[in-house]
Amino acid sequence: MSKMHVKLTVNGKEVEGLAEPRTLLIHFLREDLKITGPHIGCETSHCGACTVDIDGKSVKSCTTFVAQVNGADITTVEGLTNDDGSLGVLQEMFREHHGLQCGFCTPGMITRAHRLLQENPNPTEEEIRFGMAGNLCRCTGYQNIVKAISASADMLNAQKEAAE
Amino acid sequence: MNDQTLTPEERAANLKGMGSSRKRVEDVRFTQGKGNYVDDIKLDGMLFGDFVRSPYAHARVVSVNKEAALALPGVIAVLTAEDLSPLGLHWMPTLAGDKQMVLADGKVLFQGQEVAFVVAEDRYIAADAAELVEVEYEELPVLTDPFEALKSDVVLREDLEGQTEGAHGPRKHHNHIFTWEQGDKDATEAILAEADVVAEEMVYYHRTHPCPLETCGSVASMDKVTGKLTLYGTFQAPHAIRTVVSLISGIAEHNIRVISPDIGGGFGNKVGAYAGYVCSVVASIVTGKPVKWVEDRMENLMSTAFARDYWMQGKIAATKDGKITGLWCHTTADHGGFDACADPTKFPAGFMNICTGSYDIPTAYLAVDGVYTNKAPGGVAYRCSFRVTEAAYFIERMIEVLAIKLNMDAAELRRINFIKADQFPYQSALGWEYDSGDYHTAWDKALKAVDYEGLRAEQAQRVEEFKAGKTRKLLGIGLTHFTEIVGAGPVKNCDILGLGMFDSCEIRIHPTGSAIARLGTISQGQGHATTFAQIIASEIGLPADDITLEEGDTDTAPYGLGTYGSRSTPVAGAATAMAARKIRAKAQMIAAYLLEVHDDDVEWDVDRFAVKGAPERFKTMKEIAFAAYNQAIPGLEPGLEAVSYYDPPNMTYPFGAYICVMEIDVDTGEWDVRKFYALDDCGTRINPMIIDGQVHGGVTEALAIAMGQEIAYDEMGNVKTGTLMDFFLPTAWETPNYITDYTVTPSPHHPIGAKGVGESPNVGGVPCFSNAVHDAFRPFGLVQSHMPHDHWRIWKIANGLGMHG
Repeated sequence: MSKMHVKLTVNGKEVEGLAEPRTLLIHFLREDLKITGPHIGCETSHCGACTVDIDGKSVKSCTTFVAQVNGADITTVEGLTNDDGSLGVLQEMFREHHGLQCGFCTPGMITRAHRLLQENPNPTEEEIRFGMAGNLCRCTGYQNIVKAISASADMLNAQKEAAE
Repeated sequence: MNDQTLTPEERAANLKGMGSSRKRVEDVRFTQGKGNYVDDIKLDGMLFGDFVRSPYAHARVVSVNKEAALALPGVIAVLTAEDLSPLGLHWMPTLAGDKQMVLADGKVLFQGQEVAFVVAEDRYIAADAAELVEVEYEELPVLTDPFEALKSDVVLREDLEGQTEGAHGPRKHHNHIFTWEQGDKDATEAILAEADVVAEEMVYYHRTHPCPLETCGSVASMDKVTGKLTLYGTFQAPHAIRTVVSLISGIAEHNIRVISPDIGGGFGNKVGAYAGYVCSVVASIVTGKPVKWVEDRMENLMSTAFARDYWMQGKIAATKDGKITGLWCHTTADHGGFDACADPTKFPAGFMNICTGSYDIPTAYLAVDGVYTNKAPGGVAYRCSFRVTEAAYFIERMIEVLAIKLNMDAAELRRINFIKADQFPYQSALGWEYDSGDYHTAWDKALKAVDYEGLRAEQAQRVEEFKAGKTRKLLGIGLTHFTEIVGAGPVKNCDILGLGMFDSCEIRIHPTGSAIARLGTISQGQGHATTFAQIIASEIGLPADDITLEEGDTDTAPYGLGTYGSRSTPVAGAATAMAARKIRAKAQMIAAYLLEVHDDDVEWDVDRFAVKGAPERFKTMKEIAFAAYNQAIPGLEPGLEAVSYYDPPNMTYPFGAYICVMEIDVDTGEWDVRKFYALDDCGTRINPMIIDGQVHGGVTEALAIAMGQEIAYDEMGNVKTGTLMDFFLPTAWETPNYITDYTVTPSPHHPIGAKGVGESPNVGGVPCFSNAVHDAFRPFGLVQSHMPHDHWRIWKIANGLGMHG
């Protein structure tokens, strides 16, 4: 099958490669770019393990062709670590509040939570639960994920306030 | 920080040992997307395998034409049963003493069965090629009902024709697998005949699936130069897989290295051996290249191990004031096309004989008949010890049914029948010795915590309001007191494929006082690297943060039977403590030598040995470790390490009291969990944070099972719930918050008194949610209705009771 040229910005770096028109973004990220944070859990957009951030929106990369997002700015969970290599706020709060167990849903969860807190910096518990409903977890029962996101919101707001 | 200025309590806290809510060491990797799951493994020249699967539930395979597939550029091979049969690999043994086709050998027995394995340069080409394999089928009559199957002339397993003796005794019919009987049949029937009251009910526990978020997969790499096979995969029991691969392939066991990398949830799904694992191995041998196989979600739900599917006919006898005198159960177990249950060999229905539950029932009888049907094989313990959740669901429903018959409060009926604290160790009528328990204390604590009496008053008022037309919502109060049996198990009666179910731990202390420990188990999210280090920290006084844990590589880890059935803490946790104690015993001799006193003149004090009566004269474990490597100590070998293979003397019996308060809309069938209280007694608590996390997750899986999740088939044997669109996994939106609580009744035979907790919440949660639904409708005449209680089925209950006008 003929291949097309794709160019993306992933986690702040410009990357390019060749992909078939039918190549899914998740496979391009995982197989070509070796970015294996986003996972494949269902291939039908239900589980959210493959969630990445594309041009400021949470997108399930298992049902997106890489050709559809040519030129896009993409962030994966790997891009949410601090520049000095330490855990980002969400990553640290997921650890602090035991918001993960097997870790398979975690990259998608954190990437979605990152966008949720951009959309709504002060979410209620109900808003977090609704905003995270596109990401499934089989281990945690969500209670500690909700706690982790709520704690992240508080910490990010405090950091913002301190900076102002 | 000066060791001498700290109190023993402060020194203990610094270790982050048992009882500490230590943060997980695994999370630094996982939160950054740096886990290493099987699909993350990429080897040079790796090929990708994909299956051609049967669209029919029962059919003869007339022919398989590979030509078009092989003609597609990038396709390397297409394997069928014909290709595997010269190697003897077209069938494989199951964990239950049956055998199972790896690739369809003349016929298929369930929809989604593996027919051919396509190997190609990438997964897209493999999927394309699978479409190009032409298979001609001849449809056969389909049996999806186990009761029909036992009467039908249709023979499902022609390979067993004429075989009247199965792996577990005589077969009564060509679609019958085994009968398993426990307890005293005659005595139980006599009690039923004479009883004041007998309640009888069919309790069906529907077919479902563990559905971990990561599907099953493997990467096989046969190195033709060294003759060594490396097999990575989603294995909950890597050592057992190595032995099985060796036995069926003929490759010597020392030439096989099995590695379970990070596993994205297991819940029982990853215990069994699957066709994909075998085919990836064969394909790697045939092609000389590494071969990856990873199933998609639909394949996972259709073909890898299901759970439950037990039809449990029950009779429970009692005096008129509610004292239970006998329990009778006959179970018809639908095993699908092959008996691939993952149970210890001597237990073809697992530990279903824990079905007397938390109650002192003097006489009982259980019979289980296993049956073949045209459904996927399996019967794994989905987040429970072998068939324990079926047993708990059965007894907890029968108690409710009896309460209705006696017109008694179900909480009180439980209380008057509980095994009393002074009866432990308790010998059950169906053959188990319960190690420890204090059910009355747990029950009273739970009822008080939720204001049980207040809830009952509110419910009575709600019924009045409903009858007066003031509300369309009912209130259900779900009760459950469960007793699990976990930690399989004693080698004398527990083995899988002849392998005794002990487990193991090896600990090496490094000269500078840090350590590495390796275990025969494998974490799938339970946090072993965190908690097992805590056990060692407490036992030998080195900080948990200085102890590395490794599992899952059979070349380095000691042999063990893996992680399932809540056996890691009861068995490998015990091995860990015992290995640590061996190290401490040697450390005592080293310390005595360094302190120039007799071995008996030093005593252990948190992280050091001190001279008795002179606590200022001591050697810390760190100092002792260094001495073990740099001093010639008379009579002692250098070094400081130990290994323990632990054969548990008994199972452990965790228990718990769960209460659910549920609102139900009779017009839409919608439900809302208003409160869920979970009290767990798992004996000694190693990491309370992780215990709470396990409970949250386990109850959520129970919520899914009770309230909507099922593997459903139509009469043609088509799977109706093959994607996450149809197969219910709760989101954050439906899932409630849980209140967790505990009592502590240590196991008397476990070195640290721990019992295991990962599966309790599923075992207790399912009956609790189901009982809440039943309880809501009890005032309107409902006795029994089968799970899953999805909106449609709840609406049907209301409709059947004439509540829609």
